[in-house]
Amino acid sequence: MTINVRVWRQDGPEDRGRFENHVVTDANPHMSFLELLDVMNEQLIGEGKEPIEFDHDCREGICGSCGVVINGTAHGPKQRTASCQLHMRDYSDGDTIVVEPWRASALPVIKDLVVDRTAFDRIMGAGGYVSVATGGAPDANALPVPKEDVDAAFDYATCIGCGACVAACPNSSASLFTGAKIAHLSLLPQGEAERTRRVVAMVDQMAEEGFGDCSNHAECEAVCPKGISISAIARMRREYVKAMVVGDS
Amino acid sequence: MILDSKTPDGPLEDKWDIYKNSVKLVNPANKRKFTVLVVGSGLAGGSAAATLAELGYNVKCFCIQDSPRRAHSIAAQGGINAAKNYPNDGDTVWRLFYDTIKGGDYRSRESNVYRLAQVSNNIIDQAVAQGVPFAREYGGLLTNRSFGGAQVSRTFYARGQTGQQLLLGAYQAMSRQIDAGKIEMLTRQEMLDLVVVNGHAKGIITRNLVTGEIERHHGDAVLLCTGGYGNVYYLSTNAKNSNVTAAWRCHKRGAYFANPCYTQIHPTCIPVSGDYQSKLTLMSESLRNDGRVWVPTDNTDARSPETIPEDARDYYLERRYPSFGNLVPRDVASRAAKAVCDQGRGVGETHRAVYLDFADAIKRLGRDAISERYGNLFEMYERITGENPYKVPMRIYPAVHYTMGGLWVDYELQSTVPGLFVLGEANFSDHGANRLGASALMQGLADGYFVIPYTLGGYLAGIDAGSVSGEEEEFAAAASSAHAKTQELLNINGSRTVTEFHRELGKIVWDGIGMARNADGLKSAIGSIQNLKQEFWQDLRVPGTAETMNKNLEFAGRVADFFELGELMARDALDREESCGGHFREEYQTKEGEALRKDDEYGYVAAWEYKGDPADAVLHKEQIEFENVQPSTRSYK
Repeated sequence: MTINVRVWRQDGPEDRGRFENHVVTDANPHMSFLELLDVMNEQLIGEGKEPIEFDHDCREGICGSCGVVINGTAHGPKQRTASCQLHMRDYSDGDTIVVEPWRASALPVIKDLVVDRTAFDRIMGAGGYVSVATGGAPDANALPVPKEDVDAAFDYATCIGCGACVAACPNSSASLFTGAKIAHLSLLPQGEAERTRRVVAMVDQMAEEGFGDCSNHAECEAVCPKGISISAIARMRREYVKAMVVGDS
Repeated sequence: MILDSKTPDGPLEDKWDIYKNSVKLVNPANKRKFTVLVVGSGLAGGSAAATLAELGYNVKCFCIQDSPRRAHSIAAQGGINAAKNYPNDGDTVWRLFYDTIKGGDYRSRESNVYRLAQVSNNIIDQAVAQGVPFAREYGGLLTNRSFGGAQVSRTFYARGQTGQQLLLGAYQAMSRQIDAGKIEMLTRQEMLDLVVVNGHAKGIITRNLVTGEIERHHGDAVLLCTGGYGNVYYLSTNAKNSNVTAAWRCHKRGAYFANPCYTQIHPTCIPVSGDYQSKLTLMSESLRNDGRVWVPTDNTDARSPETIPEDARDYYLERRYPSFGNLVPRDVASRAAKAVCDQGRGVGETHRAVYLDFADAIKRLGRDAISERYGNLFEMYERITGENPYKVPMRIYPAVHYTMGGLWVDYELQSTVPGLFVLGEANFSDHGANRLGASALMQGLADGYFVIPYTLGGYLAGIDAGSVSGEEEEFAAAASSAHAKTQELLNINGSRTVTEFHRELGKIVWDGIGMARNADGLKSAIGSIQNLKQEFWQDLRVPGTAETMNKNLEFAGRVADFFELGELMARDALDREESCGGHFREEYQTKEGEALRKDDEYGYVAAWEYKGDPADAVLHKEQIEFENVQPSTRSYK
């Protein structure tokens, strides 16, 4: 099948950027979307041009490296599917696919489709952990945790930190990303001791990084490759309000 | 050089305690004077970086990804072993040790493996304390499942995302230390050389993958936690950026490379579908708990699988290995799949696949129970193949997954270069010739959380802190050679792409040094690799410059190292005139087609010393001593 690719090209953070059009004539329905980009890049190199840069690694939808806006939707048309797991069988011969990087001022473009997501690491550093140094942990079965709680915590813990939630949000909010970690740890007894401190520090850091606030559009949930529910954001807010009342010290 | 494993004296059960009781300690006030460079941020590197920072050392951690959370440990699916014996089914530290030694086909060191089994329980405790959401029973306690090569249920798991959850646990522990200023995290950095000053590892040279700048970093010790080299095969389950470069450059600086021919071909992966294929996807071994592997008895049977009656199916693993059935170890299951496909009984368009069928399990347990156990794996399978495994059997075929070989280390995880320690998959130490399922996560975390904090202290206590500044001529020389090598790749200006070369190399390695090897095939692989390598250096085309992000250039550097490694793998496989674990030499097999080991002649670790060209590599042998277990023919019948 033939696929027309209209792809974003940007030499560096300061460059204005532009679209380029390329035609891939030997696409195949079994191919993944990233393999289509591979084939396009091989073509470009053959023509003596520089390939388009994009982040990718595991190609199994778990590392969170890849992530581009495909025809206006973060990670493309298929629900709960990261860009690497999208396959060309979802497209038809002659289709045009428009590929762009995440667009958010807190996730600036480094080159072409590659963006800087280090803001996420700093939000995690503010409090996305349980302070337990190696050694001295009690026996793993010393503290029973109801299965329902662990299952709910797990649903939030599956976040892969790809950034689609930010890209899809009209406010460029990182609330789903941040809320998912807060919800995961607040549902478990292990996260209890730092519960108040954690939510305040992470929410403050999120604001400091320049992410917007959440105004309940729920676009983030719609594009999340792991299907994380916006109930994470509700939990984050509840935790935050509680922290404001209780105080964070 | 004589390879001294530095295994402590004393009974097996006490060796680790004896070691800990006698190792030198670094005073808490002195720890902050030392800087440790940790390369890689997966389970081994992440856990080591976090733990060393907690102890008070200054840590600089490097990763090639944009965040430490993306290391390929994240993709591990099935689980992590520990000898907790929560199910009360007879497990002990000894049994976990024994299964791992036996599973490795008696090619690993007793002392290392016993220590691994001992600390396995601490890992589970630590992970739970971090908030890792392992699967639990309704009563709130942890649950287990079975994995290949064991007859007890000792595998802890977090749905099909155990690696992700464990890595995030380590990453979160790191994040706390990064925020506290004890870890300086350098992302998008690739290690290109090791700097050795006065015989000790004192620094690394990296390329900043955003700016292209060649950087020098110095410290008091280097921890290499950079994973395995499965991508030498081009197609593997490894992430696209996984590579051997950091380890290979250390090898060139004096670190011996051990058992490079021990590679693991995992039996349950989604088969190759076309030439454009960029990587392969694993379907967790845990699926073999409930899935039954079969092919049609008759190789002309073209009916769709659900219409083939029971008596026309060959459940070949259950038939050949009645006591372990579908849960035989990986090497055995992979060879068996290859054997039925070689007989022409493979299924699917390419006839290089077998069925993994859940119909019986769904009938027995219900669709919901199967979905609870494997839901995300089934979804992943459907996303990739477009087929629904609840309705039709999965089609699977073996694929390269893990490499047991790696840099040689002693009991302290120190390589043959003093001050260079190697952790996790990057070292050779614990899995012998075949790794059992759910053991990689265990080893990476054991090395990082519970072994290196002790053994590194012993090394640091004997040296002066801050003895180099990064201005030494060794740093300048290494930096300029890294720069020159990068430039050389750009200057070839030929006509073929990195991917074309890598794909061709991968095919040579897969055909010659894959699931079955023989002397002729290995010799011909060596010739083909040498020829292709020559072409690579004459006809490679890498567009762009070195002064910017240029992933194609990164790949070119890695493929250049894969050529050299590939040749060494073939030489190692040629030297080892026996079959063991993942290394199956067709000339050495039993009448039933099982691996034929030769302990008297080949009961050694092959540690190769770099001498400029892979053809000149010098073999050093570390004899493996068995004082506690009696090597026997592995039988899973």
